[in-house]
Amino acid sequence: MSSASILPLEPSGAQAPWTQPYRGTVGMACLIIAESAIFIIFIVAYIFYLGKSLTGPAPDQVLEVPIVGTICLLSSSITVHLAVLKLRQAKLRAFTFWLAGTVILGTIFLLSTAQEWYRLIYEKGLSLQTNLFGTTYYSLVGLHASHVIVGLIMLSLTLLLALFGRVNEHHLEKFDTLSLYWHFVDGVWVVVFTVVYIVGR
Amino acid sequence: MPFENFDLTRDYLTHPREKTPVSTIPAVKGVDETQATQHARLPAGVIHEWLTTVDHKKIGIMYIVYALIFLVIGGIEATLMRIQLAVPNNHFVSPQVYNRLFTMHGTTMIFFVAMPIMFGFGNYMVPIMIGARDMAFPRLNAFSFWVSAFAGVLLYFSYLGGSGLYAAGSAPDVGWFAYAPLTAKVFSPGHSTDYWTLSILLSGVGSIGTALNIVTTTLCMRCPGMKLSRMPLLVWIYLVMGGLVFVTISPLTAAQIMLTLDRYLGAHFFDTQAGGSAVLWMHFFWIFGHPEVYVLILPAFAFMNEIVPVFSRKAIFGYPAMVAASVCIGFISLSVWAHHMFTVGLGAAGNTFFVFATMVISVPTGIKIFNWLATIWGGRVVFATPMLFAAGFLFQFLIAGLTGIILAVAPFDWQLHNTYFVVAHFHYVIVGGILFALFASFYYWYPKMTGRMMSEKLGKWHFVLFIIGFHLTFDFMHIPGLLGMPRQIYTYEADRGWGTWNLIASIGVIFQIAGVLCFVYNLVSSYYRGKVAGPDPWDAWTLEWSTSSPPPEYNFAVLPTVRSRRPLWDLKHPEDPDSDYEI
Repeated sequence: MSSASILPLEPSGAQAPWTQPYRGTVGMACLIIAESAIFIIFIVAYIFYLGKSLTGPAPDQVLEVPIVGTICLLSSSITVHLAVLKLRQAKLRAFTFWLAGTVILGTIFLLSTAQEWYRLIYEKGLSLQTNLFGTTYYSLVGLHASHVIVGLIMLSLTLLLALFGRVNEHHLEKFDTLSLYWHFVDGVWVVVFTVVYIVGR
Repeated sequence: MPFENFDLTRDYLTHPREKTPVSTIPAVKGVDETQATQHARLPAGVIHEWLTTVDHKKIGIMYIVYALIFLVIGGIEATLMRIQLAVPNNHFVSPQVYNRLFTMHGTTMIFFVAMPIMFGFGNYMVPIMIGARDMAFPRLNAFSFWVSAFAGVLLYFSYLGGSGLYAAGSAPDVGWFAYAPLTAKVFSPGHSTDYWTLSILLSGVGSIGTALNIVTTTLCMRCPGMKLSRMPLLVWIYLVMGGLVFVTISPLTAAQIMLTLDRYLGAHFFDTQAGGSAVLWMHFFWIFGHPEVYVLILPAFAFMNEIVPVFSRKAIFGYPAMVAASVCIGFISLSVWAHHMFTVGLGAAGNTFFVFATMVISVPTGIKIFNWLATIWGGRVVFATPMLFAAGFLFQFLIAGLTGIILAVAPFDWQLHNTYFVVAHFHYVIVGGILFALFASFYYWYPKMTGRMMSEKLGKWHFVLFIIGFHLTFDFMHIPGLLGMPRQIYTYEADRGWGTWNLIASIGVIFQIAGVLCFVYNLVSSYYRGKVAGPDPWDAWTLEWSTSSPPPEYNFAVLPTVRSRRPLWDLKHPEDPDSDYEI
């Protein structure tokens, strides 16, 4: 066990170009995996408790399919993708336009959820405490809505910066990472929508 | 000195073939200057520096120190329990206090000792072993640490704040797995359970943040030439562990959110009165709980993979098999959780599946043990303290695995479920396996982290005392379990025949404490009086030994280029480099 002096290391760049994935993309992918696991648990709880409520109301009595909100949220995935494309082409005005479109569509979705909750709570008398359906419904849809809110805050901040002219094509990778998160929120809604409004009704 | 001709004005980064040939890179020279300035700091400046640091090495050390503090606290709780159980009909502590002790002991040891200490070593080692200067997200790293640290404080704050408005109970007393419906507001009034829930929720946020950082660092920050197939096995295993953390901690986080909703907003997730299911909590908890064991044991494997080859003076045997086994363990560990629930009544199909899955996971684990043995086989083994603990690990982990297979057999588990046999089994894994691997890695990497060697003499005393204490406590703990002694009881009658075994187990604790005292004294005294280590005291082969001890903030003055799995072997033996044998 000799205590040799520090060994010299070779300088980098001696081989073929060395490329690795962008850390934002990988980090966001990791976050998406972790978030998916959380959603899966809430979805499992929802499915497990389907039809096990001891009292009413049941899903088929009170739930209405939120068509407008769903269409808006799914379209916002397209608009955010277009925003990424425009940013890549350095067309900043078009980028701001599509970004604003995304924020508006996301907000409409959130408003439609809020409206539905208002209807369920004040007209149908369904709250978190009413029965197992209320518990699992509000927590699952609420968990998703909270993710929409987080996404909207980040998108709105980007929009503000874009309106002040502080966003340019150098921010492409970062915005791309943000768009990944937004696609994830949309993807989760496809699953939640299927489980809650199609299978569970 | 090979670096005498180093010229600070010269460009070492350009391709050598493009300009005048560059022979060596003196990482040290710039290093020594920065350290000289660091020593001149005032104490307040040093504290400020540690509080605000985003350096992965400092955060790693803070994780480790924080975990060691909680290890002592958790150890004191364990000692109190062993005193209580040493003789029958003992009234050293009350049943209520005993409940709090085992709850706090379990929660502390898993969430605030084992997790942070593994993340601490990961934080320190992963970037430096892949030739990076820091983690991918240094500020997220600091955030994760402070969130985890706050969570630990929050848990212990329950001793003060737990009784809350209802003045019932102080620390949480629901067991570390907190089965429903005991955690419902009706059965656990006051706020002690809320402190438990919130601290685990927060520590989960910290764990996911750090795991995200480790995975991203591994995939995005490797130095040139450090292909995935050349990464040190430690880094590979931390990659698997990170992936596992995403899919195991998250369910626990989700379950804690549900429990909080139940307790605060009147939801009914685990409320059996409203049709909720207590078994659902068990599923959610053990979907976290069992893979968690692998989250903790995988880094222990990782330390073995670095220590065993260096002290056997041989390259690791079967590198690809080791990688494959680690990945297999990661996947299979996700499908074994319900072996904690055989007594629930899962039905024949469910039981069979989980018996089978649990047995299958012993295959990749067995591959690892055989590979370590094959690495030692024919090597010139050096029994320095790290290798002693590594040998202890190999033996004890094997035993722990064997009792695990015994418990995997559902009918046998029906007999032994919730007995001291189970307690002995998982302590064999966690103390005999994980803690021994951790002690080995302390002795192995302490020189790198501080620049000083730990005392070999005290290290051997530590090993001897601790291994005697460990075997006295946990070998003999199996027997009252077989005789039917349930866990989590605060005392027992004299005519049960459990007394002798419990007394022996409690006596073992004395040896363990003596061993740990040697260790703590060694840690502190070596920092001031230890032999100066130099950059590479063990003649090892991975990149952390290529920089000074302790490494400078930027780790490497110039990012290294790697040509094989053992970059330092290549540098020390240019006549016979590993890279010649790479396919």
